[in-house]
Amino acid sequence: MAVNKVSTNQLGVIRNDVHFVKRRSIRFAIQVWGVFGVVGLIASSVFAQGNVAQESNQSKRAVVSMTQAKVVKINGAGGFQGLESYQTGCLISDDGLVLTSWSYVLDADAVKVTLNDGRKYDAKLVGYVPQIEIALLKIEDQGLPHFNLDKAKIAKAGQRILALSNLFRVATGDEPVSVQRGVVSAVSKLSARQGATASVYQGDVLLIDAITNNPGASGGVIVDRQGRLLGMIGKELKDAELGTWINFALPIEVINPYVQKILDGEVVVEAETTRKPTEPMTEKLLGLYLVPNVVNNTPPFVDRVDTDSVAAKAGLQADDLVIKLNDGLTRSVKDFSEQLGYIDRDARIEITVRRDNKFLNFVLER
Amino acid sequence: MLWMLLLAVWPSQSTNMLLAYGPMPQLDESLAAAEQKRIAVIDRAKKTGVCIFSKDGNGGGSGVVISPQGHAITNFHVIQSCGSFMKCSMADGVLYDAVIVGIDPVGDVAMIQLLGRNDFPYSELADSDQVRQGDMCFAVGNPFLLATDFQPTVSWGIVSGTHRYQYPAGTLLEYTDCIQTDAAINPGNSGGPLFSSAGKIIGINGRGSFEKRGRVNVGVGYAISSNQVRHFVDHLKSGRILDHATADFTVTTDASGRVRVDNILEASIAYRAGVRIDDELIEFAGRQVSTVNQFKNVLGIYPKGFRVSATFRKSKQGGELAESRTLKVFIELSGVHDQRELIEMVAGKMKTQPSVPEIPIPQPKQDQKLDTSMFLSREGFANYRFNRVHLERVWEKFAGRPTDEVSADLSAWRLICRDEDDKEVMVVLNDQQSGYRSESVTVVLDPDRESLQQLVPEGSGGLLLALQQWRKLMLNGPRKIGDSIYVGSLPATTFGEADQGQANEKKQIMVEQLTTIADGMEFRWLFETSTDPAMTPISGNMVAMELIPEPDAVPCQVFFSNYRRDRGVPYPGTLIYRLGDGPAAKLTIERIELLEVDGGE
Repeated sequence: MAVNKVSTNQLGVIRNDVHFVKRRSIRFAIQVWGVFGVVGLIASSVFAQGNVAQESNQSKRAVVSMTQAKVVKINGAGGFQGLESYQTGCLISDDGLVLTSWSYVLDADAVKVTLNDGRKYDAKLVGYVPQIEIALLKIEDQGLPHFNLDKAKIAKAGQRILALSNLFRVATGDEPVSVQRGVVSAVSKLSARQGATASVYQGDVLLIDAITNNPGASGGVIVDRQGRLLGMIGKELKDAELGTWINFALPIEVINPYVQKILDGEVVVEAETTRKPTEPMTEKLLGLYLVPNVVNNTPPFVDRVDTDSVAAKAGLQADDLVIKLNDGLTRSVKDFSEQLGYIDRDARIEITVRRDNKFLNFVLER
Repeated sequence: MLWMLLLAVWPSQSTNMLLAYGPMPQLDESLAAAEQKRIAVIDRAKKTGVCIFSKDGNGGGSGVVISPQGHAITNFHVIQSCGSFMKCSMADGVLYDAVIVGIDPVGDVAMIQLLGRNDFPYSELADSDQVRQGDMCFAVGNPFLLATDFQPTVSWGIVSGTHRYQYPAGTLLEYTDCIQTDAAINPGNSGGPLFSSAGKIIGINGRGSFEKRGRVNVGVGYAISSNQVRHFVDHLKSGRILDHATADFTVTTDASGRVRVDNILEASIAYRAGVRIDDELIEFAGRQVSTVNQFKNVLGIYPKGFRVSATFRKSKQGGELAESRTLKVFIELSGVHDQRELIEMVAGKMKTQPSVPEIPIPQPKQDQKLDTSMFLSREGFANYRFNRVHLERVWEKFAGRPTDEVSADLSAWRLICRDEDDKEVMVVLNDQQSGYRSESVTVVLDPDRESLQQLVPEGSGGLLLALQQWRKLMLNGPRKIGDSIYVGSLPATTFGEADQGQANEKKQIMVEQLTTIADGMEFRWLFETSTDPAMTPISGNMVAMELIPEPDAVPCQVFFSNYRRDRGVPYPGTLIYRLGDGPAAKLTIERIELLEVDGGE
């Protein structure tokens, strides 16, 4: 076969009529192949679960879903020095009553409640009960899914539970709060402390074997496997004797009568504990004087601070607004005086004030 | 007296019962069956769990085997100080050698391969999008390094949350779209599997929320979703150091709660496609987006290089939205990091620190010889050996010969084609001076001119350059034409339905990608593979190629179909080409002629 020599500059077929000699040619028939035809071979073996296990997953999904709709995320005051500015709550009426934990988080001008579907509301404080540290908020809406406190169940040791709360603020906006699984280990008296002071409530609580009491979890719900409310997750407290963190919830039968009291307007504010010290702290001892208690809820502004007093050395100033005394919120001069009465004269005190729109913490030691 | 006699002859059962603590509770039959089922599932699943020990016994973690060849998934932070080889124990009581394969430091995932068997027990990666809050699950691993007897620890719990987000440390170890569980996850569980109650992997455990109680479980653990792992599996097998995806635009929530673009790179594919600031993002990668968190979550599960869809609602001037104008684009996700930056970051993290062993290292039963050929070092790779293996596999499947074998016939090619109007088009492909002739256009490449000036024919983005390189690849193989690497597998649907005749929108077609850098340009070769990355490819044909003449340039895409094999060599019958997302042009190849070209003067 003759082969034409062609220099690399002459691509004859393109430029002129010099023909190349064909060595071979390959013919194609024009066929349309399904080149992209992939045989889908997914051998998926549906693992047949035992009836109970399968039902269990399905029914849990339904209960969780139903319960989530009634749980709310609360954002308010805090966000510094280890005090998180968030907690959890639940709806207890179809027009927006929210049951939650009574804490510093609620002491903000703007407490925000976010529903499971992401809807946000401004919340108003309706009332609170210091004895068991619960509070009621109100948001404005209708037709909201809610727990019926009358249909709540009394829990016993051995009761399997689910705990729903926004611990660690994992969920924001329309993300659902976290779910944990556990068992009521015991129904027993709470013997706990908050910081250095004994906790206010010393009555019956549900002790739970799951680690429910985490930052942001207080106010969350404990429900049974059918979604009935059993209790409200308490705060982060340590056992009075051992110092270990306790996972507990306030039983619904303890909460219910107080909720009723708040709604009826009979809010009981005095903390009924028998732990009044024989020699309590006074304003004079601290050198810290609040404005006179002239109206019902006089805001607890500092009137004056004695020079060289404990309060002065700590850094307190006139016109500071006292927000917290140790772990108790001070909403009025009356609150402050009463709470001061429960502190021993030699005890170390932590005071949180608001000064020029900033929150400041002070430690007073005599 | 009589009553004592009566007592004596009273039925013995009741006496026994009185002596015992009352009647024994009977376990309901269905509960007993469920318990047995759970035991069986756990027994099977734990056999696939791995306890990972570093050479000097410093720390350790867990992993899970996902293929019978011994590929195992773990956390990057578990193996980062292990070096290239490590020891792994399994529940069968054997301590296996393992070699590092690939790493994804941003997503905290790594792949290793256990050596010595082809029949390792393994678990499947499930679809984590099917998981719901409340579902039961269990973790298998080595918390507190308790498994000195090689039996991993199992902890049971429920799924506490799905699609959760955990902030990264710097830019690494970001957990997006992860699964939250209350099954106990403690130090040592890292890298281990989270199983569904059916025994399929739904996540890889790696993080937890810790606060006042110290670094022990407080009921909040996080697992990387199995779907994220599935996106990365083939890329990990390639032996590379992987990067995560970024979309070249960022979003924010506006006053009315809508997710809007607040920043976009003008050189990006999205911008070229018409996306602008203030456009509302409503869908990304097949997921509805209504919050910025959702966008971050879905972006974080993809490797660099994946292509995903994004749908926007276009905003009019002044920010008001035109309800009817939606814009759907396909974006190739670029990398979060500069490649150099990533390599240096990883190198810093992977320096092995000399230290005193904290736990006694279990000794292997026999003196196993370590197969050091399983590791090949190359900069930018976790283990280059695997990359070579896959490059060879993909090429040999398609071309029918290994990469170091050059075709016997190095003739030029002449393609006689017909375009869609039935007019003749002729393409001559040579090593340097390819040419294209149609009724209206005649172009020839000039080797003395810059390639970037010769993206011809006009409007194709460089079809002639692409095909010229294609012929070179077909004759010489990927390793001779430039620097070629294996990238991994990608879903192909987002390349668009180039050939209108194919009804494959519903099928999840995958392709495996090789990339060659030659003459300063990037060439990508895409080979068909099956829908399940764990299975072997079907035909392995090269279904498409891309030429990216310079970074950020619009690619020239060429799709090959209707393959016939002539003497074992595959030739396409149809060729479709387009510039980026532009209109496609089809050439039907009637015949390919091999041209005798003598060396010439």
